[in-house]
Order: sequence, then C-alpha cells, then structure tokens
Amino acid sequence: MNYIASKPELKVVGTRPVRPDGVDKVTGRAQFGADMALPGMLWAKVKRSPHAHARIVSIDTSKALQLPGVRAVATAEDFPDIPSEEAFVGEGPMNFRDLSRNCMARGKALYEGHAVAAVAAISQAIADAALDLIEVEYEVLPHVIDVEAAMRPDAPLLHDDLFTQGLAEKPAKPSNVAKRVAFKKGDVEAGFREAEVVVEGRYTTQPVHQAYIEPHACVVSVAADGQAQIYSSSQGQFMVRAYCAKLLGWDLSNIRAVPLEIGGGFGGKTLVYLEPVALVLAKKSGRPVKMVMTREEVFRATGPTSGGVIEVKIGAKRDGTIVAAQQVLKYQAGAFPGSPIGPGCMCGFAMYDLPNVDVVGYDVVSNRPKVAAYRAPGAPLSSWAVECAMDDLALKLGMDPIALREKNGVRDGSKTHYGPSFRDIGFLETLAAAKNHPHYRALLGPNQGRGVACGFWFNIGGESSGAVHINEDGTASVVSGNPDIGGSRASMAMMAAEVLGIPVEKVRPIVGDTSSIGFSHLTGGSRVTFATGMAVTQAAERVVEQLKARAAQIWEIPAEAVEWRDGAAYPAGSNAGAFEPLTLAQIAEKAARTGGPISSEVSLNAQGAGPGFGAHICDVEVDPETGRTTILRYTAVQDVGKAIHPSYVEGQIQGGVAQGVGWALNEEYIYDAQGRLENPGFLDYRVPVASDLPRIEAVMVEVPNPRHPFGARGVGEVPIVPPMAAVGNAIRAATGIRMYDLPMSPPRMRVALDSAKAS
Amino acid sequence: MSKHHVTTTINGEPVEFLCEAQETMLDVLRNTLNLTGSKEGCASGDCGACSVICDGKLICSCLMLGVEAEGRAITTVEGVADGEELHPVQRKFLEHAALQCGFCTPGLIVASKALLDENPNPTEEEARYWLAGNLCRCTGYDKILAAVMDAAAEMRGETRA
Amino acid sequence: MPRVVFSGSSCQALTGGQDAIEVAARTFRALVRELNGRFPGLGTQVEEGMAIAIDGVIYQDAYDAKLEEGSEIYLIPKIAGG
Repeated sequence: MNYIASKPELKVVGTRPVRPDGVDKVTGRAQFGADMALPGMLWAKVKRSPHAHARIVSIDTSKALQLPGVRAVATAEDFPDIPSEEAFVGEGPMNFRDLSRNCMARGKALYEGHAVAAVAAISQAIADAALDLIEVEYEVLPHVIDVEAAMRPDAPLLHDDLFTQGLAEKPAKPSNVAKRVAFKKGDVEAGFREAEVVVEGRYTTQPVHQAYIEPHACVVSVAADGQAQIYSSSQGQFMVRAYCAKLLGWDLSNIRAVPLEIGGGFGGKTLVYLEPVALVLAKKSGRPVKMVMTREEVFRATGPTSGGVIEVKIGAKRDGTIVAAQQVLKYQAGAFPGSPIGPGCMCGFAMYDLPNVDVVGYDVVSNRPKVAAYRAPGAPLSSWAVECAMDDLALKLGMDPIALREKNGVRDGSKTHYGPSFRDIGFLETLAAAKNHPHYRALLGPNQGRGVACGFWFNIGGESSGAVHINEDGTASVVSGNPDIGGSRASMAMMAAEVLGIPVEKVRPIVGDTSSIGFSHLTGGSRVTFATGMAVTQAAERVVEQLKARAAQIWEIPAEAVEWRDGAAYPAGSNAGAFEPLTLAQIAEKAARTGGPISSEVSLNAQGAGPGFGAHICDVEVDPETGRTTILRYTAVQDVGKAIHPSYVEGQIQGGVAQGVGWALNEEYIYDAQGRLENPGFLDYRVPVASDLPRIEAVMVEVPNPRHPFGARGVGEVPIVPPMAAVGNAIRAATGIRMYDLPMSPPRMRVALDSAKAS
Repeated sequence: MSKHHVTTTINGEPVEFLCEAQETMLDVLRNTLNLTGSKEGCASGDCGACSVICDGKLICSCLMLGVEAEGRAITTVEGVADGEELHPVQRKFLEHAALQCGFCTPGLIVASKALLDENPNPTEEEARYWLAGNLCRCTGYDKILAAVMDAAAEMRGETRA
Repeated sequence: MPRVVFSGSSCQALTGGQDAIEVAARTFRALVRELNGRFPGLGTQVEEGMAIAIDGVIYQDAYDAKLEEGSEIYLIPKIAGG
C-alpha cells in the first residue's frame, strides 16, 4: 500500500518519538564491540609493516610462540591463497583476494601499517610483548604516495599483475593505473566552440578518514566442529559473515555473526579487517579471541577515502546556459584497486541538464592503506571541483549562483550525462527553498563571505528482510538485519506501528543476528529506511491481513468483511454484523485458538531507490592574520522524500555537513618522505569539535519517492557532498581568493593571503 | 609484576581493585570493574569518550593511572542517573535526539553534567568550548548543544521537565 | 525491439565500440543471456557489475526487470554507497 498517495492522516510516521535504544545509550549500558567479553578469551594484536613498500622476505614467529602466555600466532600462511574474484558483497565491488591480502599481507607489505602477522595471548600486555618477538625480514622497495606520481610509467609498481582495464587494447606492461572509465554525451568540442564564457580549474584533495570515534573491535569464538560466532561492530553482520566465509573457505551456515552497537561507520566499516584474523587465532588456540584496534591502527591501516586530482572545464552562453562540460578525475585507491572513480565520474555533473559532456576517470593504486567507502563515495571530490567552477562561472557571468543552477538544474525527465533520465526528483524545489531562505539575504560584515554549493547521490535499495511478531499481550516486536547507525531502528518501529495502528512504544525493534533474520544487505548507501523499511512495512501489512482473518474467525464471518482501523478490527459495514471492534491485544490473546502465532517475515530486493539532492548555503569569516576560517552560519537544504523520523533525518544532514566542513578546512593525511603517516591521532588529524561549528540548520524538502510506501528517500549521504565547495566558495567571496587544494587550513590560507597581498 | 591494591569510591560506592602500575583508570574501569560505559576512542586524551569526573574535575580516564584513584571519588556515566531517574542532561539528550551511534554519548553526558555542575548558566559559546574536548562524528554537535542548553534551563527552574 | 544503451566506456572493449544495440530480450535475465550470446563474456560482466535504468528507475540485481520497446534503457555501473 502506498500511504502517501492515498493521503491518510499519518499518526506515527513524521513524529519524533524517543528512540527505543536511547536510554541504554545515555546510561552507558549499550554494548559496543569492545565492551564484549567471553569467558577464557585471549587478546590478540597485529604486527604491522613499518615500511610503505617492502617485500616480506621471511617471518619468524618461533620466539613469540615461546613467550609464556602466548597461545597462537597467524601469518598469511594460515589463510587460503584464494584466487582473484570480485563480487558486490559490501559497498562496491570487492576483490576477495585483495581483501584477504589487506587483512594479512602475503609476499609484500604495501603500506605502512599493513598487517603482516598476529598473535593471541592471555593478556594484552603479553600480546604486545609477543609482537616485538616476531622477526620480520623486509626488503624495502621504493614507494609512491602521490596519485599523479603513481601514474607515471617509471613509478614503483605495486602489483605486477595489474593491467589497466578500460583501455581500447590491453596494455603490454602492468602499471599502477587499475582502470580508466569514461562517460560521453553529445560533442564537447563543438560545445566549447559555441561557448561564450569558459571557466576551468585544477582541484586537489587529500585522503581523509571516516574518523568514527569507535575503533574496530570484535570478539570471536570457534568450536572444535568449526561453528563460529562473531560479535563485532560493523555496518553489516551478513557482510561480516560473507567475507569471513569467503576468505577462510568456511560454510556460511557455520558462522553466526552478531551485530553489536556500532560507534560510527560512514562506510568505513563496510568490510572486515580483524574478524578473519581473529577467527584464525581462535581456531588455532581453541579459545575465544578479542581484537580491538588502537586509534593509531585505525588511521594507519583502515581505509581512508580517496584523495585525488580533478580538472574541470565548463563552457556557457552569456545567459548562463551551460553548453559544454569536461572533467578528468584521478582517484587514489590505496594499496589495492577500488577507488570510487565510477560514481566520481557520474556525480559531479549529475545535477545539471547538459548537452555536451566528457568525463574521464582513473583508479590508481599507491602505497597507502586501501581506501574504504566514505559517505557518497567519490561524489564529494567530484563536486568540490564542479561546484567551485560553477561559482567561478556565476561570478564571470554576473549571475546569482542559485539562479545559475536553477537555469541548468535537472528536473523530471532531464537526461543525465551518464544516460538515464531522472524521475520524481526534487532538485528545483531544493534550490527554491535555499533561494527563499532568510539566510540567503542576511547581511555580512568585513572579511565575511557567503558560498553556495549543491550535491547529488543515487541512494540504493537492495536485499532486506524484516519481521513483525505479535506478542501474546498485543505488543509487537520488529526484527531486522541492519545495524542501526543513524536511528533506523526507531524508523522501523514507527513504520510498523503506523501500519498496525498501535502506539510506537508498543512496538520494540531489534537488530537480529545472521541466524535470526533473513539476509540483509549491509547498512550503507542510504538504504535502510528505504529498503528495510519497505520489508518491515510489508511484513506489518501481512500481519494486519492475519489479524483481520483471525477477527473474522472469532466473529464467524468472511475475512473480506473485516477492516482494520486504528489498531482494531471492525466489521466492514452493517451487513457484516453488529460486532464490537476487536483490538490487537484481544486478537493476540486468542492467537493460539485461531491458528497459532501471528507473525510475518518479508524478504525482498528493493528496487527504485530515489536519488537525493542538496543545496547548501555557508557563511564564513576568514581571519586575515591567522588564516583561520570560522563557519558563521550554515543552512543545508535537502530533498528527503518523506522524513519518517524528522530528528534523525536532520541529524543525518547535520552530521554530513560537519564531516564536509572538516574535509574542507582541516582534515588530511600527512606523510613523511618514507611514506609513513605522521598524524595518526585525533590531535593532529583535526576533525571538527563543538567550538568549530555553529548550529546547522537542516531544511527538509519533501518530494516523495513514489516507490516507497511512505515516500522515503535515502538521506544520509547527500549532505557530505556540497560542504567543501560551499566553504570554498564562501572563502572566495570573503577574500577574493579561489582555493584549489584541500584542506583550506590556516597555513594554506596564510600562504594564499600573503601571495594575494604581494601581487 | 605485582599488582597494586587500590581503595576508592566510584559512583558513590566503595570499591577495591588490583591493578598494574601502567594500567590506566579507563582500563581498570572497563576490564577489571566491568564498567564499560566509558569508552576508548583514542587512549591519548584527544577524544573525550572516556570522560569521568574525579574529585569534582572533568578528566579523561585514559590519562589517569588506576593507582591514582586511591582515596579519590570518581563518577562515571553509570553514576549520572539516580537509580531509575535519569539526569536532566540524559533526558534532554533523548528528547532532542542528540545522539546517533551513541559511542561518544557517555563522555558527553559526563562532560555536560560537569559543565552544569560548575556553571549552571553557560552561554552556548561557553558550552561549545567546554565540550570541545568531546569529539562527535555523527551529529555535528547541533542537537547536543540544543540538549545541553535546554537541560541547563530546566535545572535553573526556567522550564518544567 | 527494445534498445539498450551502454553508459560509459566499461563495455566498449567487449562490444567492439558499439554503445547502443537493439535486443530481443524482454527481461534483464534474457538480456544477460542474449549479450553473452552476441558478445561473449559481456552478459556476465553486465550481470555482475551493472545496474539497469528503465525509464529513469534503477534496478540492481533484478532478473525480472522488464524491457519494453520504446523505453529508455541504460546499463550503468552498479551503485554502492558508504
């Protein structure tokens, strides 16, 4: 049923109940990965390469094994040497062989921090001491960090079996360029000839980390018959199970992955690092094993997102109509192929209806940790360049920046440069809401400037399972398979409560483990409220059908003669009989006698996810002496489809903005000449703190997605796409200086301000 | 390595434990006393997820040694509520949806309580600077500040619970 | 016959440079088989790495997605997220 089209008055969806897991979280009772313990468990630690690029000549673990208290060690020899095979298990295609080698290096260490061995012992202190006793002989190799340096033909080669895909002919020699992709529409040369105004720029970004406050953690146990339990924090327990099974060659049914609460993921926990290693150690030692990363390990050895170089050129007529657009993107993948270059190529120009477009992208490996997904992977870098260029274009044309986007913005039926048309989208509504917001007309003072930027993300659907069980007292349980990273379990309860017609406090949601609920694709891609919400809604609808049938039995009338309203069964019209309504609780009480437990589980593969668009307005003040940029005011407008729980939708928007601001102003990986990370901690990897930000006003525009029963669209990823350019454009307005390189940190602003003054 | 015997007060109750010299108070809380509400985010005093109140002062328990607890009084997140009755800061965090993943929340609850214990009428700017030692990656701090300012107003008697 | 367009360059090596073809297939499943028949290996690559956008609605891993004559049909890279 479509609850939006039929426009009934919604009683629960759209309200702001307190989340069901909230009390546990504010009292410290909620259990995260590192809070878990099993009797007899060992602590395990990982030995990591100190070199950015090295051949592993030998590993001698004998002394470590002799240390009293050590129970097992592991190296690549304990992992099956699996062949190269790629599949879409987590977020984006993953090559299992690469994932295995990322969890435990085989033959070569490809980045500083790459795991080369692991040890399990009866205490953390002994495990740490044992690491020092593992002797690894390295042959240090030349390394390469920078993306363009890695593309040069004479660059140190990471993989001698990596041949660039996507070229007309397979190259004769391997290189560090894993892939070339291209998207073309129309004739961009002709377009530029027609253009009356052209802007261009070369923009760069550094890798940034998702920087979740909770380090990776897991506790695992393996029984003698091979049945294993994994308790971990991840974005998907089915993904954890799948990757571990694949990497170790175990049956899926022998692994039960239990999701603990997760302390932030943002894409960075859509794969595994510790779990396969812990399982190997647990099997070898016969004891449960706990592994928790230190903050330093998180930075050195888990995926940041790509950094890259993006060149953009846009040509337009004097009236603002864009006639040609071109982009060349080079993204770092880290040690193994797999940067989000595809989405990067598709997202930058996705918001605009353009006749002639040419986009080329390169996926490049280098001696850095393998990149992992980070909120709208690939899009923020692409939009950083495009949205700054759009701002330059608006300036050159003497046009209002929002008006320029309205003139070229996509609407229903507009064709993207990568092909498909858009349907049921809200970009123009989002722009209008931004343009009409009082922020856009507020006055500014000296050294202050305002910037505007837009963003787009596809959002996905995917496989989801949801179950609704009616308890004997008429309350309900909702079980789904998606870790709750943004308040989604509250939304599941709300949708079920809406359909059942009972108060939301009577519907308690849990996130089930891999043995307790049907398969679900992981939490990510802004899909849970859309896809799992669809499964839960359908399960609730089937329960309502059962409740009506039970009422019919109790009244001894046909099932078609019963209707469901406000949490009770009513005879449908006076012909059906003069029966008093039966509440859900009354029907539940008789469940055994009317056929048994009342319950439904739905598994589906949700299609038709609706894309999201955002338009952000940012005011900054740049201190001419220190180069510090203060965010004075920030308004983020976004088409959210339908806000099931508005507070959590606002929260996603505000959180994405904060990460984008950090990306814009301070966050970056800093390497020394040996390819070692110099800032693997929160002191020097500077994320936004409470005093860095003002209130972030999240304005929700609702253009419903007709393919979801309540009209929901994914919301979590769009908001990280505009902020870097919004801040960059504000800085340009405040100082007259166009910054091309991220982050726009005080030292870099100082250099820019000084040279502007000099010239 | 012989362990040290420590006698202290945690959340108003007398506690004794054994610990090694190099163990931090955070390690002791989590691994010895099973008070896992305080979290380790960095172990270097930069993220505030391990925040506790020690003799009335807000500190990072990862920067304090277990042995330093001797004779002191410590409040952890587990001691902020009064039995079943949540502290206003806790209630307002829930009302304002000031948490998403919840990992930084214990530290923020303790830090916010410490703020309002010290200064019942902070400006938002004062509150932001006080809480600058507690990193949150999910919320952008907006609803956290709304919750803290609202809790402060309620505790001053300006609004009803 | 439905017309299928290959978005981007990822299929060009296998299609010999063609970026749009007419097909007899009426479902995504049938399309995969037909592509493997006409361009060996292409159907498998499409099934594993691509989504299909039909009149603006994106279907990913959906054998029964319907291809109609006159529909706008694009094969685009599979979408993920973070």
